[in-house]
Amino acid sequence: MYRIIHRPLRSIFILGLLLLVSACDSGTPWATKNITGLMPNLSFSLTDANRDATVQAKDFRGHIALLYFGYTHCPDVCPTTLHRLQSVLSKLGAGAQQVNVLFVTVDPSRDTIKLLKTYTEYFGPQFVGLRGDEAELRKLTKMYRVTYGYGKPDAKGNYEVSHSSAVYVFDRKDDARLIIRPSDSIDAITSDLQRLIAENE
Amino acid sequence: MHSLLTYLSPWEFSPAVLIACLGAAILYWLGLRQRRRDGEQTGFGRTLSFYIGIILVYGVMQTYVDYLSQHMFWVHRLQHMILHHVAPFLIVLAYPHEILGRALPRSLHDRFLLPIWNSLPVRSSYRFLQNPVVSPLLFVGLIYFWLIPSIHFDAMLSASLYQVMNWSMLLDGLLFWWLIVDNRPPEAYGTTRYPIRIIILFATQMLQIFIGAPIALSHHVLYSVYSVCGRAWPISPLTDQAIGGLVTWIPSAMMSVLGILVVIRLWRRQSSMDEEPSAAPAAAK
Repeated sequence: MYRIIHRPLRSIFILGLLLLVSACDSGTPWATKNITGLMPNLSFSLTDANRDATVQAKDFRGHIALLYFGYTHCPDVCPTTLHRLQSVLSKLGAGAQQVNVLFVTVDPSRDTIKLLKTYTEYFGPQFVGLRGDEAELRKLTKMYRVTYGYGKPDAKGNYEVSHSSAVYVFDRKDDARLIIRPSDSIDAITSDLQRLIAENE
Repeated sequence: MHSLLTYLSPWEFSPAVLIACLGAAILYWLGLRQRRRDGEQTGFGRTLSFYIGIILVYGVMQTYVDYLSQHMFWVHRLQHMILHHVAPFLIVLAYPHEILGRALPRSLHDRFLLPIWNSLPVRSSYRFLQNPVVSPLLFVGLIYFWLIPSIHFDAMLSASLYQVMNWSMLLDGLLFWWLIVDNRPPEAYGTTRYPIRIIILFATQMLQIFIGAPIALSHHVLYSVYSVCGRAWPISPLTDQAIGGLVTWIPSAMMSVLGILVVIRLWRRQSSMDEEPSAAPAAAK
Protein backbone atom coordinates (compact mmCIF):
# COMPACT_ATOMS: atom_id res chain seq x y z
CA MET A 1 0.00 0.00 0.00
CA TYR A 2 2.81 2.37 0.77
CA ARG A 3 5.39 3.06 -1.80
CA ILE A 4 8.56 3.46 0.20
CA ILE A 5 10.10 6.16 -1.93
CA HIS A 6 8.46 7.77 -4.93
CA ARG A 7 10.31 6.96 -8.10
CA PRO A 8 11.21 10.48 -9.32
CA LEU A 9 12.28 11.29 -5.82
CA ARG A 10 14.42 8.25 -5.57
CA SER A 11 16.63 9.57 -8.36
CA ILE A 12 16.84 12.98 -6.67
CA PHE A 13 17.81 11.27 -3.46
CA ILE A 14 20.57 9.26 -5.14
CA LEU A 15 21.79 12.35 -6.95
CA GLY A 16 21.98 14.17 -3.64
CA LEU A 17 23.99 11.37 -2.10
CA LEU A 18 26.43 11.43 -5.02
CA LEU A 19 26.85 15.20 -4.68
CA LEU A 20 27.51 14.78 -1.00
CA VAL A 21 30.19 12.18 -1.64
CA SER A 22 31.88 14.20 -4.37
CA ALA A 23 31.88 17.31 -2.16
CA CYS A 24 34.23 15.60 0.26
CA ASP A 25 37.34 16.30 -1.79
CA SER A 26 40.47 14.54 -0.67
CA GLY A 27 43.46 16.88 -0.40
CA THR A 28 46.36 15.88 1.80
CA PRO A 29 44.93 16.02 5.31
CA TRP A 30 46.40 18.42 7.84
CA ALA A 31 47.91 17.10 11.05
CA THR A 32 46.11 19.66 13.18
CA LYS A 33 42.43 20.58 12.78
CA ASN A 34 41.57 22.09 9.42
CA ILE A 35 39.01 24.91 9.68
CA THR A 36 39.31 26.38 6.19
CA GLY A 37 36.10 28.18 5.28
CA LEU A 38 34.53 27.75 8.69
CA MET A 39 35.52 30.96 10.43
CA PRO A 40 35.80 34.64 9.49
CA ASN A 41 39.08 36.31 8.48
CA LEU A 42 41.22 37.79 11.20
CA SER A 43 40.07 41.27 12.15
CA PHE A 44 40.56 43.27 15.34
CA SER A 45 41.66 46.61 16.73
CA LEU A 46 43.67 46.18 19.93
CA THR A 47 46.63 47.71 21.74
CA ASP A 48 49.97 46.13 20.88
CA ALA A 49 51.92 45.86 24.15
CA ASN A 50 55.32 45.81 22.43
CA ARG A 51 54.69 49.12 20.71
CA ASP A 52 52.04 50.54 23.08
CA ALA A 53 49.98 51.54 20.05
CA THR A 54 46.66 50.53 18.53
CA VAL A 55 47.08 47.89 15.85
CA GLN A 56 44.75 46.20 13.40
CA ALA A 57 44.75 42.69 12.01
CA LYS A 58 45.97 44.04 8.66
CA ASP A 59 49.20 45.20 10.34
CA PHE A 60 50.10 41.53 10.69
CA ARG A 61 49.09 40.52 7.17
CA GLY A 62 51.78 38.82 5.10
CA HIS A 63 52.74 36.68 8.09
CA ILE A 64 51.25 33.51 9.51
CA ALA A 65 49.33 34.52 12.63
CA LEU A 66 48.80 32.26 15.62
CA LEU A 67 46.00 33.68 17.75
CA TYR A 68 45.71 32.64 21.37
CA PHE A 69 43.50 33.85 24.22
CA GLY A 70 45.04 33.73 27.70
CA TYR A 71 46.18 35.81 30.67
CA THR A 72 49.54 36.38 32.34
CA HIS A 73 48.49 35.12 35.80
CA CYS A 74 47.50 31.81 34.21
CA PRO A 75 49.14 29.04 36.25
CA ASP A 76 49.34 26.21 33.72
CA VAL A 77 47.57 26.19 30.34
CA CYS A 78 48.88 29.48 28.94
CA PRO A 79 52.58 29.04 29.77
CA THR A 80 52.40 25.45 28.52
CA THR A 81 50.81 26.49 25.25
CA LEU A 82 53.25 29.35 24.72
CA HIS A 83 56.22 27.09 25.53
CA ARG A 84 54.93 24.60 22.99
CA LEU A 85 54.66 27.33 20.38
CA GLN A 86 58.18 28.46 21.32
CA SER A 87 59.47 24.94 20.59
CA VAL A 88 57.63 24.91 17.27
CA LEU A 89 59.17 28.24 16.30
CA SER A 90 62.67 27.05 17.13
CA LYS A 91 62.06 23.94 15.01
CA LEU A 92 60.91 26.12 12.12
CA GLY A 93 64.31 27.87 12.10
CA ALA A 94 64.37 30.73 9.60
CA GLY A 95 60.71 30.05 8.85
CA ALA A 96 59.85 31.41 12.28
CA GLN A 97 60.41 34.93 10.87
CA GLN A 98 57.18 34.36 8.91
CA VAL A 99 55.15 33.72 12.05
CA ASN A 100 53.61 35.99 14.70
CA VAL A 101 52.07 34.68 17.91
CA LEU A 102 49.25 37.00 18.95
CA PHE A 103 48.58 36.61 22.66
CA VAL A 104 45.27 38.32 23.46
CA THR A 105 44.67 38.81 27.16
CA VAL A 106 41.22 37.90 28.46
CA ASP A 107 42.05 39.56 31.77
CA PRO A 108 42.68 43.18 30.74
CA SER A 109 42.01 44.53 34.24
CA ARG A 110 45.11 42.81 35.67
CA ASP A 111 47.19 42.55 32.50
CA THR A 112 48.59 46.02 32.04
CA ILE A 113 50.47 46.88 28.86
CA LYS A 114 53.73 46.80 30.81
CA LEU A 115 53.04 43.39 32.35
CA LEU A 116 51.92 41.99 29.02
CA LYS A 117 55.11 43.25 27.32
CA THR A 118 57.38 41.70 29.95
CA TYR A 119 55.45 38.44 29.72
CA THR A 120 55.54 38.02 25.94
CA GLU A 121 59.16 39.25 25.65
CA TYR A 122 60.17 36.29 27.77
CA PHE A 123 58.92 33.90 25.06
CA GLY A 124 60.58 35.65 22.13
CA PRO A 125 60.35 38.44 19.55
CA GLN A 126 57.55 36.71 17.59
CA PHE A 127 55.22 36.90 20.59
CA VAL A 128 52.96 39.94 20.58
CA GLY A 129 50.79 40.81 23.57
CA LEU A 130 47.44 42.37 22.65
CA ARG A 131 45.00 44.08 24.96
CA GLY A 132 41.55 45.55 24.45
CA ASP A 133 38.61 46.66 26.52
CA GLU A 134 35.68 44.39 27.39
CA ALA A 135 33.70 45.31 24.26
CA GLU A 136 36.59 44.75 21.83
CA LEU A 137 37.49 41.52 23.56
CA ARG A 138 33.92 40.17 23.44
CA LYS A 139 33.69 41.05 19.77
CA LEU A 140 36.87 39.15 18.94
CA THR A 141 36.15 36.11 21.12
CA LYS A 142 32.61 35.88 19.77
CA MET A 143 33.95 35.88 16.21
CA TYR A 144 36.03 32.81 17.00
CA ARG A 145 33.31 31.29 19.17
CA VAL A 146 35.52 31.34 22.19
CA THR A 147 34.46 32.27 25.69
CA TYR A 148 36.07 33.26 28.96
CA GLY A 149 34.88 33.87 32.51
CA TYR A 150 36.22 34.95 35.87
CA GLY A 151 36.26 32.97 39.12
CA LYS A 152 35.60 34.46 42.57
CA PRO A 153 38.57 36.47 43.95
CA ASP A 154 40.28 34.96 47.02
CA ALA A 155 41.39 36.92 50.13
CA LYS A 156 44.37 38.38 48.25
CA GLY A 157 42.24 39.40 45.29
CA ASN A 158 43.56 36.65 43.03
CA TYR A 159 41.06 34.94 40.79
CA GLU A 160 41.04 32.28 38.11
CA VAL A 161 40.03 32.91 34.54
CA SER A 162 38.48 30.26 32.30
CA HIS A 163 39.51 30.58 28.68
CA SER A 164 39.90 28.51 25.55
CA SER A 165 42.81 26.20 24.91
CA ALA A 166 42.84 26.59 21.13
CA VAL A 167 45.40 28.36 18.98
CA TYR A 168 43.86 29.70 15.77
CA VAL A 169 46.13 29.71 12.75
CA PHE A 170 45.68 32.30 9.99
CA ASP A 171 47.54 32.26 6.70
CA ARG A 172 49.25 35.24 5.06
CA LYS A 173 45.92 36.52 3.70
CA ASP A 174 44.38 36.39 7.19
CA ASP A 175 42.15 33.44 6.29
CA ALA A 176 41.39 31.13 9.22
CA ARG A 177 43.02 27.81 8.37
CA LEU A 178 43.79 25.61 11.37
CA ILE A 179 43.11 25.05 15.01
CA ILE A 180 45.91 23.75 17.21
CA ARG A 181 44.49 21.75 20.10
CA PRO A 182 46.37 20.82 23.28
CA SER A 183 46.44 17.23 21.99
CA ASP A 184 48.37 18.12 18.82
CA SER A 185 52.05 17.20 18.93
CA ILE A 186 54.92 19.66 18.38
CA ASP A 187 55.85 17.76 15.19
CA ALA A 188 52.30 17.92 13.86
CA ILE A 189 52.13 21.68 14.47
CA THR A 190 55.58 22.23 12.94
CA SER A 191 54.81 20.30 9.76
CA ASP A 192 51.48 22.10 9.27
CA LEU A 193 53.10 25.50 9.77
CA GLN A 194 55.86 24.59 7.31
CA ARG A 195 53.17 23.78 4.77
CA LEU A 196 51.46 27.12 5.36
CA ILE A 197 54.77 28.99 5.12
CA ALA A 198 55.54 27.24 1.82
CA GLU A 199 52.16 28.31 0.39
CA ASN A 200 52.46 31.12 -2.23
CA GLU A 201 55.67 32.44 -0.77
CA MET B 1 27.33 41.29 37.09
CA HIS B 2 24.72 40.28 34.53
CA SER B 3 21.47 42.16 34.28
CA LEU B 4 18.20 40.63 33.19
CA LEU B 5 18.72 42.28 29.82
CA THR B 6 21.93 40.28 29.31
CA TYR B 7 19.98 37.08 29.78
CA LEU B 8 17.09 38.08 27.55
CA SER B 9 18.94 39.71 24.66
CA PRO B 10 20.18 37.57 21.78
CA TRP B 11 23.78 36.38 21.94
CA GLU B 12 23.96 36.47 18.16
CA PHE B 13 21.03 38.33 16.69
CA SER B 14 19.29 36.40 13.92
CA PRO B 15 16.74 38.37 11.88
CA ALA B 16 15.41 35.07 10.48
CA VAL B 17 14.47 33.74 13.92
CA LEU B 18 12.90 37.05 14.94
CA ILE B 19 10.87 37.32 11.74
CA ALA B 20 9.75 33.68 11.86
CA CYS B 21 8.68 33.76 15.52
CA LEU B 22 7.13 37.22 15.48
CA GLY B 23 5.48 36.54 12.11
CA ALA B 24 3.95 33.28 13.34
CA ALA B 25 2.75 34.91 16.56
CA ILE B 26 1.12 37.83 14.74
CA LEU B 27 -0.45 35.64 12.03
CA TYR B 28 -1.89 33.32 14.66
CA TRP B 29 -3.37 36.24 16.55
CA LEU B 30 -4.91 37.69 13.36
CA GLY B 31 -6.25 34.24 12.47
CA LEU B 32 -7.85 33.92 15.90
CA ARG B 33 -9.53 37.29 15.47
CA GLN B 34 -10.86 36.31 12.06
CA ARG B 35 -12.27 33.06 13.44
CA ARG B 36 -13.97 34.90 16.29
CA ARG B 37 -15.54 37.26 13.74
CA ASP B 38 -16.79 34.24 11.81
CA GLY B 39 -18.32 32.87 15.00
CA GLU B 40 -15.90 29.95 15.39
CA GLN B 41 -14.57 28.88 18.76
CA THR B 42 -10.88 28.19 19.34
CA GLY B 43 -9.93 26.33 22.50
CA PHE B 44 -7.66 28.20 24.92
CA GLY B 45 -5.39 25.17 25.33
CA ARG B 46 -4.71 25.20 21.62
CA THR B 47 -3.61 28.84 21.63
CA LEU B 48 -1.55 28.33 24.77
CA SER B 49 0.20 25.33 23.23
CA PHE B 50 1.07 27.30 20.10
CA TYR B 51 2.42 30.34 21.92
CA ILE B 52 4.45 28.31 24.41
CA GLY B 53 6.00 26.49 21.44
CA ILE B 54 6.92 29.74 19.68
CA ILE B 55 8.29 31.31 22.86
CA LEU B 56 10.42 28.21 23.48
CA VAL B 57 11.87 28.35 19.97
CA TYR B 58 12.71 32.03 20.35
CA GLY B 59 13.98 31.50 23.88
CA VAL B 60 16.50 28.81 23.05
CA MET B 61 17.73 30.54 19.89
CA GLN B 62 17.75 34.21 20.85
CA THR B 63 18.57 34.54 24.54
CA TYR B 64 21.46 33.73 26.86
CA VAL B 65 20.50 30.06 26.44
CA ASP B 66 22.04 30.27 22.97
CA TYR B 67 25.35 31.45 24.44
CA LEU B 68 25.33 28.61 26.96
CA SER B 69 24.43 26.14 24.20
CA GLN B 70 27.54 27.14 22.29
CA HIS B 71 29.79 26.65 25.30
CA MET B 72 28.30 23.74 27.20
CA PHE B 73 27.48 20.36 25.69
CA TRP B 74 24.55 19.51 27.94
CA VAL B 75 22.89 22.91 27.39
CA HIS B 76 23.33 22.33 23.67
CA ARG B 77 21.54 18.97 24.01
CA LEU B 78 18.76 20.65 25.95
CA GLN B 79 18.49 23.32 23.27
CA HIS B 80 18.13 20.65 20.61
CA MET B 81 15.58 18.71 22.63
CA ILE B 82 13.45 21.85 22.74
CA LEU B 83 14.03 22.71 19.07
CA HIS B 84 13.46 19.18 17.78
CA HIS B 85 10.99 17.70 20.26
CA VAL B 86 9.16 19.91 22.76
CA ALA B 87 8.54 23.14 20.82
CA PRO B 88 7.51 21.59 17.47
CA PHE B 89 5.28 19.10 19.31
CA LEU B 90 3.46 21.95 21.10
CA ILE B 91 3.21 23.98 17.90
CA VAL B 92 1.70 21.24 15.73
CA LEU B 93 -0.58 20.08 18.55
CA ALA B 94 -2.35 23.44 18.14
CA TYR B 95 -3.14 22.52 14.49
CA PRO B 96 -1.99 26.05 13.66
CA HIS B 97 -2.43 25.78 9.87
CA GLU B 98 -6.20 26.12 10.34
CA ILE B 99 -5.69 29.37 12.19
CA LEU B 100 -2.65 30.85 10.39
CA GLY B 101 -4.38 30.37 7.03
CA ARG B 102 -7.33 32.44 8.20
CA ALA B 103 -5.13 35.46 8.85
CA LEU B 104 -4.19 35.71 5.18
CA PRO B 105 -6.31 37.50 2.62
CA ARG B 106 -8.47 35.02 0.69
CA SER B 107 -6.94 35.98 -2.66
CA LEU B 108 -3.36 35.52 -1.43
CA HIS B 109 -4.31 32.18 0.06
CA ASP B 110 -6.22 30.86 -2.96
CA ARG B 111 -4.31 32.34 -5.87
CA PHE B 112 -0.78 32.25 -4.53
CA LEU B 113 -0.18 29.87 -1.64
CA LEU B 114 -2.53 27.05 -2.60
CA PRO B 115 -1.07 26.64 -6.14
CA ILE B 116 2.45 26.55 -4.68
CA TRP B 117 1.40 24.00 -2.10
CA ASN B 118 -0.29 21.88 -4.77
CA SER B 119 2.57 22.14 -7.27
CA LEU B 120 4.37 18.92 -8.08
CA PRO B 121 7.81 19.73 -6.59
CA VAL B 122 6.37 20.92 -3.30
CA ARG B 123 3.83 18.11 -3.01
CA SER B 124 6.24 15.38 -3.93
CA SER B 125 9.00 16.61 -1.61
CA TYR B 126 6.44 16.85 1.19
CA ARG B 127 5.22 13.32 0.49
CA PHE B 128 8.81 12.11 0.43
CA LEU B 129 9.69 13.75 3.74
CA GLN B 130 6.47 12.50 5.34
CA ASN B 131 6.95 8.96 4.10
CA PRO B 132 6.58 6.60 7.09
CA VAL B 133 10.09 5.22 6.54
CA VAL B 134 11.89 8.41 5.53
CA SER B 135 10.43 10.60 8.28
CA PRO B 136 11.62 8.64 11.34
CA LEU B 137 14.98 7.93 9.68
CA LEU B 138 15.43 11.64 9.06
CA PHE B 139 14.30 12.44 12.60
CA VAL B 140 16.84 10.16 14.26
CA GLY B 141 19.38 10.57 11.45
CA LEU B 142 19.63 14.32 12.03
CA ILE B 143 20.29 13.85 15.75
CA TYR B 144 22.96 11.32 14.86
CA PHE B 145 24.45 13.41 12.05
CA TRP B 146 25.03 16.56 14.11
CA LEU B 147 26.50 14.41 16.89
CA ILE B 148 29.20 12.86 14.71
CA PRO B 149 32.22 14.29 16.61
CA SER B 150 33.99 15.83 13.59
CA ILE B 151 30.77 17.37 12.24
CA HIS B 152 29.81 18.57 15.70
CA PHE B 153 33.19 20.28 16.00
CA ASP B 154 32.72 22.15 12.72
CA ALA B 155 29.11 23.10 13.48
CA MET B 156 30.16 24.61 16.78
CA LEU B 157 32.97 26.62 15.14
CA SER B 158 31.19 27.94 12.09
CA ALA B 159 28.47 30.48 12.79
CA SER B 160 26.63 29.66 9.57
CA LEU B 161 26.83 25.89 9.99
CA TYR B 162 25.51 26.38 13.53
CA GLN B 163 22.48 28.17 12.12
CA VAL B 164 21.92 25.42 9.55
CA MET B 165 22.09 22.84 12.33
CA ASN B 166 19.53 24.56 14.54
CA TRP B 167 17.12 25.35 11.72
CA SER B 168 17.32 21.79 10.40
CA MET B 169 16.37 20.47 13.82
CA LEU B 170 13.40 22.81 14.14
CA LEU B 171 12.04 22.20 10.64
CA ASP B 172 12.47 18.46 10.87
CA GLY B 173 10.81 18.50 14.30
CA LEU B 174 7.78 20.28 12.86
CA LEU B 175 7.50 17.79 10.00
CA PHE B 176 7.94 14.72 12.19
CA TRP B 177 5.51 15.71 14.92
CA TRP B 178 2.97 16.82 12.34
CA LEU B 179 3.07 13.33 10.85
CA ILE B 180 2.38 11.97 14.34
CA VAL B 181 -0.42 14.28 15.48
CA ASP B 182 -2.08 14.90 12.08
CA ASN B 183 -5.80 14.75 12.91
CA ARG B 184 -7.14 14.14 9.42
CA PRO B 185 -8.69 10.69 8.97
CA PRO B 186 -5.97 8.51 7.37
CA GLU B 187 -8.36 6.65 5.03
CA ALA B 188 -9.77 9.81 3.51
CA TYR B 189 -6.56 11.85 3.34
CA GLY B 190 -3.90 9.21 2.83
CA THR B 191 -2.05 10.29 5.97
CA THR B 192 -0.06 7.71 7.92
CA ARG B 193 -2.30 5.17 9.68
CA TYR B 194 -2.39 5.16 13.47
CA PRO B 195 -0.74 1.76 14.12
CA ILE B 196 2.12 2.76 11.83
CA ARG B 197 2.56 6.03 13.74
CA ILE B 198 2.86 4.05 16.97
CA ILE B 199 5.49 1.77 15.40
CA ILE B 200 7.38 4.87 14.21
CA LEU B 201 7.37 6.29 17.74
CA PHE B 202 8.58 3.02 19.24
CA ALA B 203 11.36 2.81 16.68
CA THR B 204 12.53 6.41 17.16
CA GLN B 205 12.46 5.91 20.92
CA MET B 206 14.76 2.89 20.66
CA LEU B 207 17.10 4.59 18.20
CA GLN B 208 17.39 7.68 20.40
CA ILE B 209 18.35 5.47 23.33
CA PHE B 210 21.09 3.99 21.14
CA ILE B 211 22.41 7.51 20.49
CA GLY B 212 22.03 8.98 23.98
CA ALA B 213 23.11 6.10 26.19
CA PRO B 214 26.60 5.56 24.68
CA ILE B 215 27.31 9.29 25.02
CA ALA B 216 26.13 9.35 28.63
CA LEU B 217 28.12 6.24 29.54
CA SER B 218 31.29 6.99 27.56
CA HIS B 219 34.56 7.29 29.49
CA HIS B 220 36.19 9.34 26.74
CA VAL B 221 35.57 12.95 25.83
CA LEU B 222 33.82 12.68 22.48
CA TYR B 223 33.20 16.37 21.87
CA SER B 224 36.45 18.27 22.37
CA VAL B 225 35.17 21.50 20.87
CA TYR B 226 33.87 22.68 24.26
CA SER B 227 37.32 22.33 25.81
CA VAL B 228 38.95 23.94 22.81
CA CYS B 229 36.65 26.98 22.82
CA GLY B 230 36.12 27.20 26.57
CA ARG B 231 33.12 26.18 28.65
CA ALA B 232 30.65 28.69 30.04
CA TRP B 233 31.61 27.75 33.58
CA PRO B 234 34.07 25.27 35.07
CA ILE B 235 32.68 21.71 34.88
CA SER B 236 34.47 18.45 34.17
CA PRO B 237 34.20 17.54 30.47
CA LEU B 238 32.97 14.03 31.29
CA THR B 239 30.25 15.32 33.63
CA ASP B 240 29.12 17.75 30.95
CA GLN B 241 29.07 14.92 28.42
CA ALA B 242 27.22 12.51 30.73
CA ILE B 243 24.45 15.04 31.43
CA GLY B 244 24.22 15.82 27.72
CA GLY B 245 23.92 12.12 26.92
CA LEU B 246 21.20 11.69 29.51
CA VAL B 247 19.23 14.59 28.03
CA THR B 248 19.50 12.95 24.60
CA TRP B 249 18.53 9.60 26.04
CA ILE B 250 15.74 9.91 28.60
CA PRO B 251 13.51 12.97 28.08
CA SER B 252 13.77 12.60 24.30
CA ALA B 253 12.61 9.00 24.53
CA MET B 254 9.83 10.08 26.89
CA MET B 255 8.53 12.38 24.16
CA SER B 256 7.76 9.28 22.10
CA VAL B 257 5.51 8.05 24.91
CA LEU B 258 3.66 11.37 24.88
CA GLY B 259 3.34 11.04 21.11
CA ILE B 260 1.90 7.54 21.47
CA LEU B 261 -0.73 8.86 23.92
CA VAL B 262 -1.79 11.51 21.42
CA VAL B 263 -2.02 8.92 18.62
CA ILE B 264 -4.12 6.59 20.78
CA ARG B 265 -6.48 9.45 21.53
CA LEU B 266 -6.81 10.32 17.83
CA TRP B 267 -7.31 6.66 16.99
CA ARG B 268 -10.07 6.17 19.55
CA ARG B 269 -11.85 9.32 18.44
CA GLN B 270 -11.62 8.14 14.86
CA SER B 271 -13.07 4.70 15.62
CA SER B 272 -15.93 6.13 17.69
CA MET B 273 -16.72 8.46 14.80
CA ASP B 274 -16.67 5.50 12.40
CA GLU B 275 -19.08 3.53 14.58
CA GLU B 276 -21.73 6.18 14.85
CA PRO B 277 -21.41 8.51 11.90
CA SER B 278 -24.62 10.34 12.85
CA ALA B 279 -23.17 11.31 16.20
CA ALA B 280 -19.97 12.64 14.69
CA PRO B 281 -21.00 16.26 14.03
CA ALA B 282 -22.38 16.59 17.55
CA ALA B 283 -19.20 15.16 19.06
CA ALA B 284 -16.95 17.58 17.22
CA LYS B 285 -16.25 20.75 19.16
